[in-house]
Amino acid sequence: MAQDREKLLEVKDLQKHFRVGRNKIVKAVDGVSFDIFKGETFGLVGESGSGKSTTGRTIIRLYEATGGEVKFDGEDVHGKKSKDELLKFNRKMQMIFQDPSSSLNPRMTVLDIIAEGLDVHKLVKSEEERKARVEELLEVVGLNKEHATRFPHEFSGGQRQRIGIARALAVDPEFIIADEPISALDVSIQAQVVNLLKKLQKERGLTYLFIAHDLSMVKYISDRIGVMYLGNLVELADSDELYKNPLHPYTKSLLSAIPLPDPEYERSRVRHAYDPSVHDTSEEPEFREVAPKHWVRCTKKEFEQYKDELNNK
Amino acid sequence: MSKLLEVKDLAVSFNTYNGEVQAVRGVNFELNKGETLAIVGESGSGKSVTTSALMGLLPKPAGFVKSGQILYQGEDLVGKSNKEMAKIRGKEISMVFQDPMSSLNPTMKIGNQIMEGLIKHQNMNRTEAYKKAIELLDLVGIPNPEIRAKQFPHQFSGGMRQRVVIAIALACNPKILIADEPTTALDVTIQAQILELMKSIQKETDSAIIFITHDLGVVANVADRVAVMYAGKIVEVGTVDDIFYNPKHPYTWGLIGSMPTLDSSEDELFTIPGSPPDLLNPPKGDAFAPRNKFALEIDGVMEPPMFKVSDTHYAATWLLHPDAPKIEPPESVKKRMHGFAKTGGDE
Repeated sequence: MAQDREKLLEVKDLQKHFRVGRNKIVKAVDGVSFDIFKGETFGLVGESGSGKSTTGRTIIRLYEATGGEVKFDGEDVHGKKSKDELLKFNRKMQMIFQDPSSSLNPRMTVLDIIAEGLDVHKLVKSEEERKARVEELLEVVGLNKEHATRFPHEFSGGQRQRIGIARALAVDPEFIIADEPISALDVSIQAQVVNLLKKLQKERGLTYLFIAHDLSMVKYISDRIGVMYLGNLVELADSDELYKNPLHPYTKSLLSAIPLPDPEYERSRVRHAYDPSVHDTSEEPEFREVAPKHWVRCTKKEFEQYKDELNNK
Repeated sequence: MSKLLEVKDLAVSFNTYNGEVQAVRGVNFELNKGETLAIVGESGSGKSVTTSALMGLLPKPAGFVKSGQILYQGEDLVGKSNKEMAKIRGKEISMVFQDPMSSLNPTMKIGNQIMEGLIKHQNMNRTEAYKKAIELLDLVGIPNPEIRAKQFPHQFSGGMRQRVVIAIALACNPKILIADEPTTALDVTIQAQILELMKSIQKETDSAIIFITHDLGVVANVADRVAVMYAGKIVEVGTVDDIFYNPKHPYTWGLIGSMPTLDSSEDELFTIPGSPPDLLNPPKGDAFAPRNKFALEIDGVMEPPMFKVSDTHYAATWLLHPDAPKIEPPESVKKRMHGFAKTGGDE
């Protein structure tokens, strides 16, 4: 994961504020910056309300950003765009949603759901080609081609999520945002879907932004992980590094809260609660690189402190 | 240890337009005083239906107990009228539901919702009940209970609401607390707090807990004993150490193998292929056989009985029969079983 790897997505100081009521503004995402390299999986974790989903949705322009920049392949994708430009961008970036039952139109057949992208982008010329393409996609995600004529309610949760994945793959995207794609599924089915996502990545060279709150699964699938807290990225590092040497107190508390399937470990686990008052408040914290590729949001004083902590390990 | 609850050969079915769905097909377990029994399994395995039957909360008229007994302190709960059950529900056995958003009444103040059960079951007057409600809110860790008691559910966060639901469930000092996925809708940090809360309350009140979940991490954290359910049956039961360090049923192997651990870096997670059987027409023989790559010929013909592994540990798989070929769990699962104990220490 060298620094010189090609950046696919650059997010700079992204902000998304929501107006609530007349005078109140909720800063759901408040100045988040990160890069995603080609072919990697970038995990975004945090508790509900931390702004991780909003970040994902703003990147793909389901929400208009309040401020900041998103560059895809070096090209700014936010701001005024013509219809054609948007279409081009939409083809490269696709999304998989959390709830497979509400993200599929119940009145459309699987064939039409998956082919919608093909139609929009005019990727197929004839009805036969359209059908053949959908059947091929169904097989890629581990369903049968007979499934094409059925409706979403005829499928189980895991199968529906596969349909969602097939729909995202239909237009041959380079980048997929997966917003909690497995949270609604059973454990045994979760593993199937995660294996499928990994396999597709290997075969097609896809880049993922994987948003989730299940930390063990995120660790398993991601190359790098960003931790979000109250609209800010508080720590970013390679996934092994983050789990081995968490620096920000919030990350530490998050990691200490994960229950592992191991009774022995569970009996000895000590949970650290996060207390925001431990922070140095003399200045506004900034995102600083404490060790190569390991970033923490901290003040100058904390920066030195974290450095010592790392060196003394 | 004294037996508090004994479920004998319980079978629950639902009448649907397509026929009878056999959601629970002969379940046996016991619950002792002060212990936590975790029931794990996928959705549709019958774990929630089992507990609905215990509480007498099966949706009527579609759902009914087909056979079996539920002995609570020696008294059979099956066949009790709604009126009789109402006396037990909330007082002797109470329940914490999965979704704290929908299990509270949005139009009632929190304090009043807690007082309801106290007034009904404990014959308290309003002043006494109010005092007790404040105490309970304090017990479950809600700051400023006097102010909070006068607020409505929408003024509480998800974790706080779940604390309120727990306070309601605990109001009448029940002997059994059934928690149906109480933390599934919550964040990890909040989940950890709620689990700690439940454990500390259990220590204080010595109540027994039936904990339903599909998160094996949570099971390892809270359970004394574990029952694994599949297709309406308990396929393996044992102490938490039996199940995690010495699992015998291939389905349990699959469950354990499909969870990534924090230090796992395998290329692929172990998966259980396929999906659970349709309980409208339960398969002949072992229901897990079609998804089991270790299935034997007999699995298609006859259902395996519970084989005894140790005094605390039983599993229903033909692999434990003396004549069965010796089959070791898959490498990745074995590694995890052994790896667990090692990784635990150095964090």
